[in-house]
Amino acid sequence: MKQLSVDHLTGIVDLTRQDIELILETAARFKEVINRPIKKVPSLRDITVANVFFENSTRTRLSFELAQKRLSADVVNFSAASSSVKKGETLVDTVNNILAMKVDMVVMRHPNPGAAKFLSQKIKAKVVNAGDGTHEHPTQALLDAFSIQEKLGTVEGKKVVIVGDILHSRVALSNIYCLQKLGAEVMVCGPSTLIPKYIHQLGVRVSHNLREALEWCDVANMLRIQLERQDIAYFPSLREYSLLFGLDLNLLDSLSKEIIVMHPGPINRGVEISSDVADSKQSIILDQVENGVAVRMAVIYLLAAKIER
Amino acid sequence: MEKQVILNATQLELTLKRLSHELIETHGNFENTILIGLQPRGIHVATRLKIILETILGRAVQAGNLDITFHRDDFRRRETPLLPSITNIDFSIENKRIILIDDVLFTGRTIRAGLDALLTFGRPSQVQLLTLIDRRLSRDLPIQADYIGKKVDTLSTERVAVEWQDMEGQDQVLLFSKAANETAQR
Repeated sequence: MKQLSVDHLTGIVDLTRQDIELILETAARFKEVINRPIKKVPSLRDITVANVFFENSTRTRLSFELAQKRLSADVVNFSAASSSVKKGETLVDTVNNILAMKVDMVVMRHPNPGAAKFLSQKIKAKVVNAGDGTHEHPTQALLDAFSIQEKLGTVEGKKVVIVGDILHSRVALSNIYCLQKLGAEVMVCGPSTLIPKYIHQLGVRVSHNLREALEWCDVANMLRIQLERQDIAYFPSLREYSLLFGLDLNLLDSLSKEIIVMHPGPINRGVEISSDVADSKQSIILDQVENGVAVRMAVIYLLAAKIER
Repeated sequence: MEKQVILNATQLELTLKRLSHELIETHGNFENTILIGLQPRGIHVATRLKIILETILGRAVQAGNLDITFHRDDFRRRETPLLPSITNIDFSIENKRIILIDDVLFTGRTIRAGLDALLTFGRPSQVQLLTLIDRRLSRDLPIQADYIGKKVDTLSTERVAVEWQDMEGQDQVLLFSKAANETAQR
């Protein structure tokens, strides 16, 4: 029988195509579970999971917590704002203190790239990366791939454009790895200041023209401009960005084919995507949120299976 | 391994027909009764019974498949994770009479998990259990079937396999046991 080739989920880069397909297949079963009258299964009732968030998050944290609770795991939450990190404790010490209370798995969001990988090498518990700075956000990429597969039947051979702040986006990097491993073609689109210099080494196409990119693709993933990560001004104004790289209904309707619009959230309505596009029938933004719980259940279930008794 | 045929194609067909008539005896025209086959192998029994019942009754019989993976009691007690099959119960089971169906009843653990899984879909008015083969005297839990195709006495080292024409190419029930010399060598 199949199982994951990894002991932690720190990034899509470590996964094989078989791993990704196993997660998506398991997630489909969990999606059925969360649509039952009783949306809960007892599989993980002897597992305790700590959600350790050193960075703000609403949707991801809620999604992880729901996934854990629907698997019957015990859940403890920890956020940096109310923690001893402020008192000068190191990451490993903080986590080891949590683990001393017999926690089996740690879901961590951290502002530093590589933090999850680092942690997975230092502690005994399973680690799930819920976003490490501008590096990776693996569960987001998995749920995006799941949503594309659900809508289009397959990811193989599909063309996906990721639009926006590629430079600061962990969603973009994880999506590029994930989509390419599943056999999709990926293009990134945005102002040249927000496209990393050596991005072509990842084997993706680059465009600076939104219309051209949208005409090429089957799926457009519109990223949020992460002003909180931008230390300098990468473009003159939000208004100019929106005019050049924002997707509105006029542009969407003028395309020669119907494309699918995705967004990892939170949306800045009127900046990267207009309200009528976000609420249109081509948008699968809320499906992504629902699928997020199922995909995270699958990841936690498959990693928990590797916890020694 | 020694192989012994417990039921051949003709006997299996007869048994399924007998079970169908037994079900009709209790459930009439199946107005309020649903067949639920347990994944992965019980669904084949359910499918065959549904066909026979529909032929006899001349009306559609509601049926679904239930996967019990997430309700099993041996998660993390195996080398590899338990991977789920598809559940399709896209109807309400509230106040319905349910017949849970599996091919082989052995330790009873699958049925225990099946009951738990079933109840996440609502509150049926009654649940009964049908099994094609009852490996009696081998139960780990106090679970017995209401409808039984055939009772067999087996050792726990033996294995019972129910095979189907559209899966393995032939309808039959087989008992695999270690040959006398294999046992002696061990």
